Amino acid sequence: MPMAAIDIEQMIKEHLPGADVKIEDLRGDGDHYLAHVRSAFFKGKTRVQQHQMVYEALKGRMGGELHALALQTSVPAEE
Amino acid sequence: MSENPVHERIKGEIDGNQVMLFMKGSPVFPQCGFSAAVVQVLNALGVKFGSVDVLTDPEIRQGIKEFSEWPTIPQLYVKGEFVGGCDIVREMFETGELSELLSTRGIDVRAA
Repeated sequence: MPMAAIDIEQMIKEHLPGADVKIEDLRGDGDHYLAHVRSAFFKGKTRVQQHQMVYEALKGRMGGELHALALQTSVPAEE
Repeated sequence: MSENPVHERIKGEIDGNQVMLFMKGSPVFPQCGFSAAVVQVLNALGVKFGSVDVLTDPEIRQGIKEFSEWPTIPQLYVKGEFVGGCDIVREMFETGELSELLSTRGIDVRAA
């Protein structure tokens, strides 16, 4: 059963409090998402590390239940 | 050093190729859109690379995810260093970071 966008957003926000998360359902089939995640926790981290933090939030679903989640991570501009 | 034979095999592949792609299918017949996208990027840069079809090697298909702590395939390695999956490779290609990374590692790159 593919995941709902709101569940993905919820899990990411729980793991990265204060993160700004926008999820696009690329094909409208609930199985190919693009997630934009902006979080201060990404500061100083490589892209690989940033993506790994998002995958941790999804507690092992990535690559299994969640087949295709494209990620675009960014760090909030300094206030 | 880990005694895990699969990790040893993976390490051997990575050390044996300056640029190494673990993918689904082969460069000529990719079996997944994400794998095909990375092959296209490497071809656009004219980079020679080794590849393993994880679909024909279930041990490596599972082992690589633990090895790199990265849950999906494809996975690209340059000079033994994990660069990323499809998203990161594509993003780095678009920003020019990928060709920069390759040339700083002494790998010939055709101007994209």
